[in-house]
Amino acid sequence: MKRTISLTINGIPYSDEVEPRMLLIHYLREVAGLTGPHIGCETSICGACTVMLEGKAVKSCTMFAVQADGRQLVTIEGLAQNGNLDPLQEAFWNEHGLQCGYCTPGMIMTAKQLLADNPNPTDQEIRHGLEGNLCRCTGYQHIVNAVRAAAKAGA
Amino acid sequence: MATTITKPETLVGKRIRRQEDPRLITGTATYLDDIKVPGMHHACVVRSPHGAARIKSIDTKAALARPGVAAVFTGADVKHLGPVPCAASLPGLRVPYHHLLAQDRVYYAGHPVAVVVATDRYIAQDAADLVEVDYEPLQAVTDPEKAIAPGAPAVHPEWADNVAFTFHQEGGDNAQAFRDAEVVVKQRITSQRLIPSAMETRGVLAEWRAGEKSLTLHSSTQIPHLLRTLVAAILGMPENLLRVITPEVGGGFGSKLNVYAEEALMAFIAMKINKPVKWVESRRENFQCTIHGRGHVDYFELAAKRDGTMLGMKLKLIQDLGAYHQLLTPAIPTLSVLMMPGLYRFKNISADIIGVFTNAVPTDAYRGAGRPEATHGIERMVDILAAELRMDPVELRLKNFVGNDEFPYATPTGLAYDSGNYAKPLNEALEKVDYAGLRREQSAARSAGKLMGIGISTYGEICAVGPSIAFPSGGWESATVKVEPTGKVTVLTGVSPHGQGEETTFAQIVADELGVAMDDVLVVHGDTAMVQYGIGTFGSRGTAVGGTAMYYALQTLKAKIRKFGAMLLESQNVTLAGGRCTDEGSGKSVSFVEIAAAAYRAVKLPPDTEPGLVATCFWEPPNFTFPFGAHIVVTDVDRDTGNISIRRYVAVDDCGRIINPLLVAGQVHGGVAQGLGQTLWEQAVYDDNGQLVTGELTDYAIPKAHLMPWIEDSHTETPSPVNPLGVKGVGEAGTIGCSPAVVNSVVDALSPLGVRHIDMPLTPEKIWKLIQQGGPA
Repeated sequence: MKRTISLTINGIPYSDEVEPRMLLIHYLREVAGLTGPHIGCETSICGACTVMLEGKAVKSCTMFAVQADGRQLVTIEGLAQNGNLDPLQEAFWNEHGLQCGYCTPGMIMTAKQLLADNPNPTDQEIRHGLEGNLCRCTGYQHIVNAVRAAAKAGA
Repeated sequence: MATTITKPETLVGKRIRRQEDPRLITGTATYLDDIKVPGMHHACVVRSPHGAARIKSIDTKAALARPGVAAVFTGADVKHLGPVPCAASLPGLRVPYHHLLAQDRVYYAGHPVAVVVATDRYIAQDAADLVEVDYEPLQAVTDPEKAIAPGAPAVHPEWADNVAFTFHQEGGDNAQAFRDAEVVVKQRITSQRLIPSAMETRGVLAEWRAGEKSLTLHSSTQIPHLLRTLVAAILGMPENLLRVITPEVGGGFGSKLNVYAEEALMAFIAMKINKPVKWVESRRENFQCTIHGRGHVDYFELAAKRDGTMLGMKLKLIQDLGAYHQLLTPAIPTLSVLMMPGLYRFKNISADIIGVFTNAVPTDAYRGAGRPEATHGIERMVDILAAELRMDPVELRLKNFVGNDEFPYATPTGLAYDSGNYAKPLNEALEKVDYAGLRREQSAARSAGKLMGIGISTYGEICAVGPSIAFPSGGWESATVKVEPTGKVTVLTGVSPHGQGEETTFAQIVADELGVAMDDVLVVHGDTAMVQYGIGTFGSRGTAVGGTAMYYALQTLKAKIRKFGAMLLESQNVTLAGGRCTDEGSGKSVSFVEIAAAAYRAVKLPPDTEPGLVATCFWEPPNFTFPFGAHIVVTDVDRDTGNISIRRYVAVDDCGRIINPLLVAGQVHGGVAQGLGQTLWEQAVYDDNGQLVTGELTDYAIPKAHLMPWIEDSHTETPSPVNPLGVKGVGEAGTIGCSPAVVNSVVDALSPLGVRHIDMPLTPEKIWKLIQQGGPA
């Protein structure tokens, strides 16, 4: 039994029929055609699928698409405005806060939430804020540098 | 768009942000699962829930009846196909036939048994649950030492002793060294099984074009060309009708330096059902079915004089191979033996490897691949010897280092170390931590009953893999450099970067050599239809071997550019610099863009010169490179909880000449994180029935941001004479240097309790128990 959901992703309205069991991440990737949110574990451990739902970072692998009905979503694709990178994206680039890049969209979305909650975090606060997002490449050090730099730039 | 031709400074050695990042930070990069093609079907693999079992029957009727299911394949369907390949060969190696799907038995939990193909990912998964497999469970064995004990169940019934191979190597006269010894220290040291855990799991998309009889295989791999050759062999199809495309790859760490059953299966299925088929591994499958790393039980003996002079080393190495040989499985422990002398001058070694089958997923190359195990053992043994002799571990190391005047240095394992200055990074690290001050502080801390440790590792490694004799597929690398008619530069490299950043570092080198802007250089990799044959990215070889191939192609190209420049300037003597050819005499010059245009317009050509500006080099390295370094770790151990706090982590690495310090730092940090993961948290655990207990990220603890210490990284730069760039490689250094430094530090902290060795991972529980019982049992 499919259900129709209507939602806004990165400012664009979507309306689709989905199975009630469809995970939000699968909706974003398979139906809406996005490539930014990634699947790393499907058990809400790795955070590669993190998106903003009504301004809050959520792991889209542990939500159903139907739970996003009528709501506003922002994914990594929606961060840059008018061709200008978000200060966090710019900082991840400048500070080499990524290697393979697979965790990066989720990491940046979580960092976005972190800085919204705490615009001047200490390094330890940055690390704790990111503990729900796994990165296997960087050892996190350049990610911490990137978030700190973005905070300084007033992200 | 014209090529930018003015470039005032050299770029090699500069901190430059990466060319590949814009697509990655905007979510617009194309990883395997981002590729969608019309008519694409999805595959789900049915896997064994048992560590060992006989398959009595498989019933696929219910699965086939599910609407949307296109086909179900079982072992019988693929019995005629070639095996999953093992490229390594050793004398007397027992190689079980590794069918793409299990035949009458399963040998590890996760062993593929059937594949369900459906129009949709959810349907494929639903239908996979409907495949009825009747198993007769058998006794499993997962511990390699138990597997070689008398009476153990046989993993493969044809080989009752579970021994896949034994391997002996010796150098010098080790028996004499041990007779001459005044002190011999012995220790059993394990390097536990690890799960590489790239953030992107594996995935494959196969597209068959029946009319052309050609197949395109997209795969998240580190070795596109080798994959093409080996999958073509499995399927029995001509290699040139198979195209492998490697999209953006979300990490590998060795786990994608392989040829897996699913890659050949999807190719086979796409042909069978005449539809594109995609399979993306779940995290659970990644843990169960992608190769694991390490899996050593090592018995080390180190012989020395009372003054600390090391004389010789013995090693009995028990390698947990798992149930099959994957691409390089049996070769990995032989790398440990090569690395046995470490940075030390002793001339005698003997080693015996026993490769053991177990009911577990195969082990293979994981970041460091054999070298971390060896280095961990050597650096632990040096500390154990220092404790035995009551010598400072720094003094003992300095006393035994190969001297700066001894390079190239011939090791008793048959290697020739290229260059080194082993005391330099150690001294730099000691100065950075104020070693003498730390020892004084430690002494005071001990008096106050506190457990503070200082741990040192001075590691060496084997990089830039490597001369072709050392790698079964050849160890050379290839590059083509093309100057396009507009002056844009395209590099086709045979390496296959997946996070290392060669799109940037190679562009830096090209920019310096040709005098063009980095933005005008495109580095292409990972498509066998576009790029000449190559070997791939692993063994810290990308820049040292692939970059060198490109460097030599650039030299050929520069010679040709100068010829065209000379022709255009009607000169005999031109120089190429700053993106221009200049006549030495008149000072007249012609731009790179004008030269490129002339080379393709070709109305006039220099003598004996073909049109176009393209050069290719296949470069065979004359040797490996041998990076080295020193890591110092200061820890505080909590008596009440067993928790380890890392107060300082100082890494001074020497990876030869540095192309881009920002990227090198990233490699070191990531390497240390994986080393620290092994040292403190990670362990793949199988129970006695062959179940992988650590089967998800919930149970297998890879490092998180708040658990990592700040890494104080710096470098010494000893150029390698092996290649003209002077580079050595840095991908694995952090991992190799880390574990012994941390364990040495914690053992040092606990040494007042009589602790001499602790096996990894150093969980708080393990440490707490040691403290509670007042030292070793």
